[in-house]
Amino acid sequence: MPVITYREAVRHALAEELERDPNVVVMGEEVAQFNGAYKVTEGLLARFGPQRIVDTPISEAGFIGVGIGASMLGIRPVMELMFWSFYSVAFDQILNNAANVRYMSGGQIHCPIVIRGPANGGTNVGATHSHTPENVLANHPGVKVVVPSTPADAKGLLKSAIRDNDPVFFLENTMLYGEKGEVPAGEHVVPLGLADVKRPGTDLTIVTYGRSVLHSLAAAEVLEREHKVSAEVLDLRTIRPLDIDSVLRSVAKTHRVLIVEEQKPFASVGSQLAYMIQREAFDELDGPVHRLATVDAPAIYSPPVEVEQLPNPRRVLQAALETLA
Amino acid sequence: MSKKPTAKEATSPAANDHAQAPVNARLTPEERIELFRKMMRIRRFEERSLRAYQAKKIGGFLHLYIGQEAVAVGCCSLMGPNDHVITAYRDHGHAIAVGMDTKALMAELYGKATGCSKGKGGSMHYFDPSRNYWGGHGIVGGQIPLGAGLAYALKYKGLKGAAMAFMGDGAVNQGAVHEAYNLASLWNLPVVFVIENNGYSMGTSQARSSAGELAQRAAGYDMQWGQCSGHDVYEVRAMMDKFLTLARETGKPSTVEIDTYRYRGHSVADPDNTYRSKQEIEEYRRTRDPIQLFQDKLLAEGVLTAATAEQIDTEARAEADVAADFSEASPFPTPADIQTDVYWEADNPSERRSQGRLFFT
Ligand SMILES: Cc1ncc(C[n+]2csc(CCOP(=O)(O)OP(=O)(O)O)c2C)c(N)n1
Ligand SMILES: [Mg+2]
Repeated sequence: MPVITYREAVRHALAEELERDPNVVVMGEEVAQFNGAYKVTEGLLARFGPQRIVDTPISEAGFIGVGIGASMLGIRPVMELMFWSFYSVAFDQILNNAANVRYMSGGQIHCPIVIRGPANGGTNVGATHSHTPENVLANHPGVKVVVPSTPADAKGLLKSAIRDNDPVFFLENTMLYGEKGEVPAGEHVVPLGLADVKRPGTDLTIVTYGRSVLHSLAAAEVLEREHKVSAEVLDLRTIRPLDIDSVLRSVAKTHRVLIVEEQKPFASVGSQLAYMIQREAFDELDGPVHRLATVDAPAIYSPPVEVEQLPNPRRVLQAALETLA
Repeated sequence: MSKKPTAKEATSPAANDHAQAPVNARLTPEERIELFRKMMRIRRFEERSLRAYQAKKIGGFLHLYIGQEAVAVGCCSLMGPNDHVITAYRDHGHAIAVGMDTKALMAELYGKATGCSKGKGGSMHYFDPSRNYWGGHGIVGGQIPLGAGLAYALKYKGLKGAAMAFMGDGAVNQGAVHEAYNLASLWNLPVVFVIENNGYSMGTSQARSSAGELAQRAAGYDMQWGQCSGHDVYEVRAMMDKFLTLARETGKPSTVEIDTYRYRGHSVADPDNTYRSKQEIEEYRRTRDPIQLFQDKLLAEGVLTAATAEQIDTEARAEADVAADFSEASPFPTPADIQTDVYWEADNPSERRSQGRLFFT
């Protein structure tokens, strides 16, 4: 199987879907002539032309709104936000219009739009550029939220997202763009709403997603080697729809749960998970559900300190040992 | 693609003598030299910070101000005690222009506790309220309503002053900018919206991002507007003096578009190879460098000698090196610092009035 980067995997999904469906359009700041701020869309302009690969001014509310409107009439726009952090400028369009129009029209209208871009800390870009809004987005019924951790998932999930008839918000990660992995060439589709066991185990379930999957896998190695603990790492992949059945199945096996997320803790994805686990698997638990999140403050700039604000393998390991204690 | 000439640049006669404008004519030789020195200090600071970035001492983004020095220096040199400044992420020039200490500025880039924001904000988020400098903002266009808000506060308090709200040529396409224009004009807020038009928003030329003329959009909001060259610090001062005076005296807002150019990529991560030619950059460096042009003027005026110019340059380089050494020697913040400066009440526990938990794990 070809080994490619996460960045290339996203690009391949875009190119294949552009090829497959003439209604797919890629739009965003610097996606065309500049080849993408993070080079995800590199080469697409040359291949598909300016009708389908469209540079926009710095007007997120405007162009995201245009994408939503176009999707109501059957276009399938794949919008790039240079950073998901800039979604705040387009908040009304995303959460009043895309999320609600189907409901408010009594099901007459739907929005097959994808909004994608990176949403992560770790590159020292400070509080305005480091938001992880998956919980905020997923709080709105009517939308779907995807956070892939590997190149193969990025490709397979993006293809599903583009074919989906609801608004799908696809959260990538600048720290993962260069990560390599095996990715099937051509048609490779991962359904939305299906979690994936990235490492099987029997003593502890680590429920996680996005880049925290990598940290959790690194910590699981150490747990195995140095503490004789077999940790299962379950990658949610999709936040909404949420594959709670896979989570409960794993909990029934290990009876101990640690949630790891690159989120501020208050009302996060982990908060929702912890509620559901205690509600639906109370008798399976040998201890309280633990959670490791980002330290509760705006993102600090200082490079060595930001590492300590975010989940990292050392913090995951420590949290895992506390969960087992 | 290339830089679009502003309407002003396209039509105006070549060399207007802005040195004769009253606001410039009354400058003492020392004040003229100080304008030159400030621009030189900005340039050397930026060059030094670039080297530090290349040596991996700095993380995140670094947006350099090299080429645009006359804009911040010209504008900020007109500030009185009740005048205020706010800008975007390309904020180092304004910070030096308002008088911030380059040691604290460089230390911020290094992420050190001695930085102007204690290492918490980084390059894009410089602040110094004690010098009427309100940042340093990372979201394109987001600072512009705040600039109008500073003007609102001045007016409310009955202070005779003005706010300058700086933005780039790409920022003019944000909705928040237009909402702020309307509010400022509707409510007569003493704010000057300053568009630093360097021709490009990241890799997008003005022609590819903006319909029509930029400053002229102000007319739709019944605001006065002007355009000038940002390569001549005298011209910047002459134009800005007019609109700052208008704001201070009548409370009326305005928009000024200042034509300028950045020599470096959008940020140091920009390979700068898709949207403009090397010749264009060279042409600007050779014919419109704001520091060189002003040096030539001051030499011709007899205010400056080649030796003094040389000495000012040497001192500016030394200052930048001192700032880098200071930053290198300074400590990083600690993980415990992550959760300070979040809530006023948490940092002032003896004065806390609210109850309940403020932070979560
Ligand atoms: C809301 C928002 N969208 C996009 C960006 C990314 N971005 C940062 S600077 C920039 C270009 C801005 O250009 P301009 O306004 O001309 O200012 P300049 O960089 O030339 O000083 C872009 C697209 C951002 N920071 N905020
Ligand atoms: Mg610009």
